[in-house]
Amino acid sequence: MWPTIILASGAAYALKLLGYVVPQHLLDTPLARRITLLIPVALLSALIGLWTFVDGSTITIDARVPGVLAALIALLLRAPFLVVIVVAAAVTAIVRLLGWLP
Amino acid sequence: MIERRAIIGDALALGLGTGIYAVSFGALAVASGLSAWQAQALSLLMFTGASQFALIAVVASGGSAAVAIATSTLVGTRNAFYGFAMAPVLQPRGLRRLLAAQATIDESTGMAARYEGDPPSARLAFWATAGAIYLLWNLGTLIGAVGAGLIADPNVYGLDAAAPAAFLALVWPRLTDWPMRGVAIVSLVAAVALAPFLGAGLPVLVAGVAGIVVGLALGAKASDA
Repeated sequence: MWPTIILASGAAYALKLLGYVVPQHLLDTPLARRITLLIPVALLSALIGLWTFVDGSTITIDARVPGVLAALIALLLRAPFLVVIVVAAAVTAIVRLLGWLP
Repeated sequence: MIERRAIIGDALALGLGTGIYAVSFGALAVASGLSAWQAQALSLLMFTGASQFALIAVVASGGSAAVAIATSTLVGTRNAFYGFAMAPVLQPRGLRRLLAAQATIDESTGMAARYEGDPPSARLAFWATAGAIYLLWNLGTLIGAVGAGLIADPNVYGLDAAAPAAFLALVWPRLTDWPMRGVAIVSLVAAVALAPFLGAGLPVLVAGVAGIVVGLALGAKASDA
């Protein structure tokens, strides 16, 4: 298990470093600047979708969905970060406890 | 000054939320067959949550070391794009560049992205978020790994909803206009739709690229009008 952990961690770090060693002049175009603004929004949104509606490789509606919907409502009500996260976990836990959704 | 305190407060809040999620990582890692030391090593060295979860999922399902490494690496590919986006803001040199690379994760990049056009605030948000999360992610992992026997199923506490909620809170301030909302919706729907057909890691990248292309197209239309 240790070689797996070391190799996977090394690969993860190499990828993180890669973005910083790409020559800066490649970034200095209007198109590159617009893309760099879009990258976090696009990738985080994809992760939100996967972690809300997908289990393994199966699309599913489970107790995470009402939890994330509750987080959305909390954001609309301008709740701070920690409140948003706690509300999501609490709603998901309650829906599971009541057996409404798995 | 108030802005400075607000940025650090948000970083600590996000660190706490992530720390709660790390408890579930530590517990699941030990349930997947890793020792507490190995779970902790992943949080200290790999320090990118989605890849860590992907790795222990492959290990738990009896997959080979090669598949575990390949899957976690593919899931971590987005960090290269984050580094690409953060490099002009941070402009780190020498040792700082090596530290910046390790600090480049969803949350630090997402928090910095909230301060577009204000590099000093973006830099503070990046480093404060990465620092708070590094400490609390590792503390949470320790608690989860050592207390694994006490928490039979961390999802009972709804911890699996904490990560998507945190990410939603991260992108939320950026969704002020329709091109950006379009990017978010297209990326989200595409990732879910592709998940049954593509292996772990790929849906995020393909959906992310689709979202970026849509964003460029929508942005072009808006500037023509």
